[in-house]
Amino acid sequence: MFEIFGIPSGALFGQLLIGLINGSFYALLSLGLAVIFGMLNIINFSHGAQYMLGAFVAYLILQYSGIGYWPALIIAPLVVGLLGVIIERVFLQWLYKLDHLYGLLLTFGLALIIEGIVRNKFGSAGLPYTMPESLRGGQNLGFMFLPNYRAWVIVASLAICISTWFVIERTRLGAYLRAATENPTLVRAFGINVPVMITLTYGFGVALAAFAGVMAAPIYNVSPQMGSELIIVVFAVVVIGGMGSILGAIVTGFGLGVVEGLTKVFFPEASNTVIFVIMAIVLLVRPAGLFGRRA
Amino acid sequence: MKKTLGLAALTAFLLSGAAHAQQVTVKVGVLSDMSSLYSDIGGAGSVAAAKLAIADFTKANPNVKVELVSGDHQNKPDVGSQIANQWYDVDKVDAIIDVPNSGVALAVSQISATKNKAFVVSGAAASDLSGAKCNANTIHWTYDTWMLANGTGKAIVKTGGDSWFFLTSDYAFGHALERDTMAAVEKNGGKVVGKVRHPLNTNDFSSFLLQAQSSKAKIVGLANAGGDTINAIKAGAEFGLVKGGQKFAGLLVFASDVNALGLATAQGLTLTGTWYWDMNDANRAWTKRWQAERNAAGKFPTMVQAGVYSGLTHYLKSVAALKSGADGKAVVAEMKKTPTDDVLFGKGTVRADGRKVHPAYLLEVKAPGESKHPGDFYHVRATIPADEAFRPVAEGNCPLAKS
Amino acid sequence: MEERIAQPAAVAAPPTFLRANAEAIAFVVMAVGLAVAPFFTYPLFLMQAMCFALFACAFNLLIGYVGLLSFGHALYFGWASYLAAHAAKVWGLTPELAILTGTATAAILGLVAGSLAIRRQGIYFAMITLALAQMMFFFALQAEFTGGEDGIQAVPRGYLFGLIDLRNDVAIYALVLFVFLGGFLLIYRIIHSPFGEVLKAIRENEPRAISLGYKTDRYKLIAFILSAALAGLAGSTKAIVMQLASLTDVNWPMSGEVVLMTLVGGLGTIFGPVVGAFVILAMQFKLSVVGEWVLVIQGVIFVTCVLLFRRGIVGEITARFKS
Repeated sequence: MFEIFGIPSGALFGQLLIGLINGSFYALLSLGLAVIFGMLNIINFSHGAQYMLGAFVAYLILQYSGIGYWPALIIAPLVVGLLGVIIERVFLQWLYKLDHLYGLLLTFGLALIIEGIVRNKFGSAGLPYTMPESLRGGQNLGFMFLPNYRAWVIVASLAICISTWFVIERTRLGAYLRAATENPTLVRAFGINVPVMITLTYGFGVALAAFAGVMAAPIYNVSPQMGSELIIVVFAVVVIGGMGSILGAIVTGFGLGVVEGLTKVFFPEASNTVIFVIMAIVLLVRPAGLFGRRA
Repeated sequence: MKKTLGLAALTAFLLSGAAHAQQVTVKVGVLSDMSSLYSDIGGAGSVAAAKLAIADFTKANPNVKVELVSGDHQNKPDVGSQIANQWYDVDKVDAIIDVPNSGVALAVSQISATKNKAFVVSGAAASDLSGAKCNANTIHWTYDTWMLANGTGKAIVKTGGDSWFFLTSDYAFGHALERDTMAAVEKNGGKVVGKVRHPLNTNDFSSFLLQAQSSKAKIVGLANAGGDTINAIKAGAEFGLVKGGQKFAGLLVFASDVNALGLATAQGLTLTGTWYWDMNDANRAWTKRWQAERNAAGKFPTMVQAGVYSGLTHYLKSVAALKSGADGKAVVAEMKKTPTDDVLFGKGTVRADGRKVHPAYLLEVKAPGESKHPGDFYHVRATIPADEAFRPVAEGNCPLAKS
Repeated sequence: MEERIAQPAAVAAPPTFLRANAEAIAFVVMAVGLAVAPFFTYPLFLMQAMCFALFACAFNLLIGYVGLLSFGHALYFGWASYLAAHAAKVWGLTPELAILTGTATAAILGLVAGSLAIRRQGIYFAMITLALAQMMFFFALQAEFTGGEDGIQAVPRGYLFGLIDLRNDVAIYALVLFVFLGGFLLIYRIIHSPFGEVLKAIRENEPRAISLGYKTDRYKLIAFILSAALAGLAGSTKAIVMQLASLTDVNWPMSGEVVLMTLVGGLGTIFGPVVGAFVILAMQFKLSVVGEWVLVIQGVIFVTCVLLFRRGIVGEITARFKS
């Protein structure tokens, strides 16, 4: 076995793979943000709280109705997505004519409310969520032990990301969506109900966050604050990638996950700041972001 | 007739005078984290514990009147010191108790010294409170980082866990835990084969766990707290760390963390505590009362909350002995002079440096099959006697203990 | 036309004496009010509130007059308080020099962060400032001199200019009042200077300002540095008053709190941030009964302000007054 910078290559491959897992969450979350931003021109600050809600809904339905992980992957996003629809109807729809920053402030307030309520109800330490029987154990890949669940996270999030990209970029529905972003009045003239489309888009973006939350529940601590720190990193990811393109959000998410994973090996002390440093460099070199279009 | 009346009045006057001389009024404030990260280990549960302590004490000593206030420092040293100042200056509070979060506790300790009030720390972990930053107005009651590190390190090495790998939270708190545990491990003949420092609030511990696994250390010491500890153990279960023959040693783990992990994931985790609700009948009986007071049947008190009860009881005893709580230094001196004794922590003492000493217990998390009822979390694996559990006075560099 | 984050000032009403001098009168009322307030309210609370009020005013300079929403202002406030505390405690500097050290630190950080952040506009600007602040929070956490969770404690108040003992309640109050009023007047002066007029032009229509020949990036950067330095002045002063510096002040919820204060008081109004800071702080301390609900209440205030009272307290009052 050979070595790279003093790290055995096997370990390095292992770390690359692990980075992809981390990246899966960045990709899912930044994809949700990009979808919402594309349609609503709002940066959804409550994205982290909605990710947390996904995990809590999974916990609750397991606790009180015995509904397990697999149904939760569908139910939790639906429940949280529905909540998103309500949020859009009650709050966000009044803001489209205002400065975009109001959307940021409003969703920040919503994030505080959601986190506060969950903390009062369930305490701050966190709640247990056990891994589904079918995904326990792992495979020995020779250079590392890969838990089955981690493999599933990569596969599932890649599948979701690619199908979202496909729907938006390659189907008729996606074409309407993109057109409505460019010129809502014209699309409305074609008889398409743009407001409903906006509402559903927000619901979908939020559901993506909840889906990521359910995926996180078995491996990360299910606590009220699980989303608030993560969302700031995802913001940096979004700044690096630019929100102009769906594919850009996905690629940046996975890529930065890998970079962060490698930092954990070579210079663990900096692994929480590396994404911010990259953001600063990208801003210097390519202010519009890697995939962004200059507005 | 007139005479009798006069006599009656005189008797009444004398009686009331006598009663007045005995009547002691004292005001204590529970300052805790009600709304944020540590609300489960202190918070409303600490207030409930304080109420129980006051109820028990005033029942036995009806001449002492205790008023209770409570406040939420939100984990902000600013807010904490603002409340403490205001309590002392405006609301005439005589003592503050609990205060999880070392930053807030150190600030309140300072203020208590300046204003000559008494401060009983239960929730904060920094061993500096009875070390370099000790003062004559502060008593550190329940636990501290040195005790956790030393107790866990020593006890595990003695039971055969002699090679260690550390996962350390990369800031002052984690560094201190790591340093103290390493010292204990090495002193008792164990060795440290490696360590990795991870940032606070890390989600994904798998990179670090791979390093821990390849180190082949018998024990993976977790010099971190809260969410980081939980995430590390969850990832450990997934990567088969425990199945592979390694064990986690939690250096700061509360029952609420074990609950968040679930026994299936946490089983085998070793940790140190100074109080466990299910350890004896007295604790169980108290827990029932606490649950009723707290109005939370499914919750179990932490050592911090039990410490509030115990510490406040001892404080009130000293106030009663002095017949006044006005002079904080005097009350704290009295608390150091008299041995402690209460239903939860038994007999103990408070040292000159303000450190309360009592035994500590090495606990191991049960497997789900072994747990008979809710809250049945631990096997008690070893008892660390009071004189070994805490840092020796001489090593603490507390100026009070030197003179 | 979209509604801007801060309403452009309405066309001046007929200049009656009261209207023309409304701001001057309000300032005198505020100054006198704060000077006599310690007789009625707990002085330490007032001092802390003034520090936060200055912090909010500094933040408002960016959002209200340049239209830039910085979601990372805790960076300057918190780092300044660390440096001021360190300077006073470890280097043994006199309080005024410690405060100066903190302010200068904030200005330098503002220069670095500002030159990165102004490369993008609007929402991106907000996200970048937030991300940079989070990065510097992690540095503060890991740096040895900040003491991690313990913070820097027992900072001596010291002797102002080596002469005046600041442990004296009157002296320290006078210092804070002076710093606050001075900072406030400076901001007022900036807003009403030709420089301030250019800033407002940038807020209204940046391409137009560029076409008029203004190097808008330079103006924005200077405004950013000024705002950061003033936030640093507030943070440094608070470190001396409260005698501590802690992680709370560099963490992101603090950035959110200053936004909340300014929003409640009124974005882009001169007195709004002051009113907002006092209201939010009073809520935190006086209503300790809300206990567990602090976070939810803050959130509800955010939502209510954005949906119903975008002008904030002061904005609503002036609007009523003018109509």
